[in-house]
Amino acid sequence: MLIKGKVWKYGNDVNTDVIFPGKYTYTITETAEMAKVALEDLDPEFAKNVHKGDVIVGGTNFGCGSSREQAASCLVYSGVGAVIAKTFARLYFRNCINFGLPALTSPKAVDALKHGESIEIDTDKGEIRCKAGVFKFPPLPKEVVGIFDAGGLIPYTKKQLGL
Amino acid sequence: MGKTFSEKILGQKVGKDVVPGEIIEVEPDVAMSHDNTAAISKTFYKIGVDQVYKPGMHVVILDHCTPAANEKFAENHKDIREFVRKQGIRNFYDIHVGICHQVMHEKGHVWPGALIVGSDSHSTSYGAFGAFSAGIGRSEMAAIMARGKIWLRVPETIKIVVDGEFPEAVSAKDLMLKIAREIGADGALYKAIEFCGPTIDRMSVASRFVFTNMAVEIGAKAGYMIPNQATLGYLKDRVSQPFEVIESDPNAEYEAEYHFDVSTLEPMIAKPHTVDNVVPVSEVKGTRIDQIFFGSCTNARVEDFEIVAEILRGKRVHPDVRMLVFPASQEVYLEVLKKGWIQELVEAGCVIMNPGCGPCMGNHEGVPANGEVVLATSNRNFKGRLGNKESFVYLVSPRTAAMSALTGKIEDCWY
Repeated sequence: MLIKGKVWKYGNDVNTDVIFPGKYTYTITETAEMAKVALEDLDPEFAKNVHKGDVIVGGTNFGCGSSREQAASCLVYSGVGAVIAKTFARLYFRNCINFGLPALTSPKAVDALKHGESIEIDTDKGEIRCKAGVFKFPPLPKEVVGIFDAGGLIPYTKKQLGL
Repeated sequence: MGKTFSEKILGQKVGKDVVPGEIIEVEPDVAMSHDNTAAISKTFYKIGVDQVYKPGMHVVILDHCTPAANEKFAENHKDIREFVRKQGIRNFYDIHVGICHQVMHEKGHVWPGALIVGSDSHSTSYGAFGAFSAGIGRSEMAAIMARGKIWLRVPETIKIVVDGEFPEAVSAKDLMLKIAREIGADGALYKAIEFCGPTIDRMSVASRFVFTNMAVEIGAKAGYMIPNQATLGYLKDRVSQPFEVIESDPNAEYEAEYHFDVSTLEPMIAKPHTVDNVVPVSEVKGTRIDQIFFGSCTNARVEDFEIVAEILRGKRVHPDVRMLVFPASQEVYLEVLKKGWIQELVEAGCVIMNPGCGPCMGNHEGVPANGEVVLATSNRNFKGRLGNKESFVYLVSPRTAAMSALTGKIEDCWY
């Protein structure tokens, strides 16, 4: 898969409350509405200006906090192609896999990438290409790659059950 | 080489030796979900299955917005009641029972050696009872309802050893905040944490819970303690099935080990907007406050009420402060009511709310206004956490909260 877009760069410990505020977790359920509040408490400009294929870049512990999977899915619905971080919080990483959102770990790429620059990600080759060069990221563990390849946990579960 | 508690519990589940880093598929003993069960049920039906794989595995507890704040929440609760009825999920607790992480152990759904998952990040809590427990996502809970299984990575383990006697006025919450400060919000990412040492062994059930509850705030997948006598006594009349305490081997391998001595510990406070932005309370003493949120799965149990009632007895909450009080559960509520503490808190000017999560994720019951400062006994102070990104949340112990309630400013109870 090839992902092409612009970089939205943020800092360390971007938490689930600023990605998808807790007050919306039971009241905003339509995908288009969810996209509109993505990153609301971190960057009010994001939802208005994000384009399909754009990439979010964070520092360490990206997605810390709640288990709410809307913090992953709202980015998918807003068109985000991938998230790159130095490290991911555990629940966020799982939620990304379960929603088929590439969550890529590459500290070097994070240091090199600048807000607003163009980026290209080749998930098959495991490469991030940008102005500073080409950065490799590690593949998903083989046990979970099937979930990602199926398009997420729900299609994967259907497949497992022969449905 | 010996095995850690995680390697043992997860190994038992798959019937073979497992090592850290290994990914396994397991069937949990217990799977907890709360108000998010409505969304989970919709995802479950999307999979194309009609019947929940094992209804007895599931525990559903309404606590996140109880009673319903508006028609959306009301419909949500209604969907859940219909779902549990239809699916024969008998372990259902409606809005009057309490916060999920408290109700789980009160009602016997937690036991040593159990493998528990919950679609809530603070599901790490049950490790205080010797269980392996971790948070999962909504879709993952739906998949468990459909086929009973989930993948888990066997975690490396970090050991936190605590020694020394707490000075008077310093408690479990102060230590947990100190641990967050030292280890950092990502210090235990993907890891299991084993809390041990003489101080942990001596602590009450309620105090021990604070650590495994907040283990996720430093990134952990699971928190764990060997159940002490107080814990086993607490569980005795609550848990119906036989269980075996599972302990790490003495020669188990830990990825890191941290030592804390509490004998010189001061009251601690987490400043806005991260849980590891912790300083001694003395550094922010005098900061004006608008509201106190005394509640949450971290600190709203009987021993917390005892401290707060002692401080507020016969006194008045400062007129510029609104003090909101949420007992952790119906059981806690009844006990503190019988002791007369609720009356004392009402007389002091507190607002007594129903057991539940309250404003913890900003749904209702105490959302702060722009620029307001809230002292919370809960576990998270992210920007917007209580429903308004223009407010400021500090995390404290119940004692610091109560002392500050009297003066309307952050007070240092260190003496």
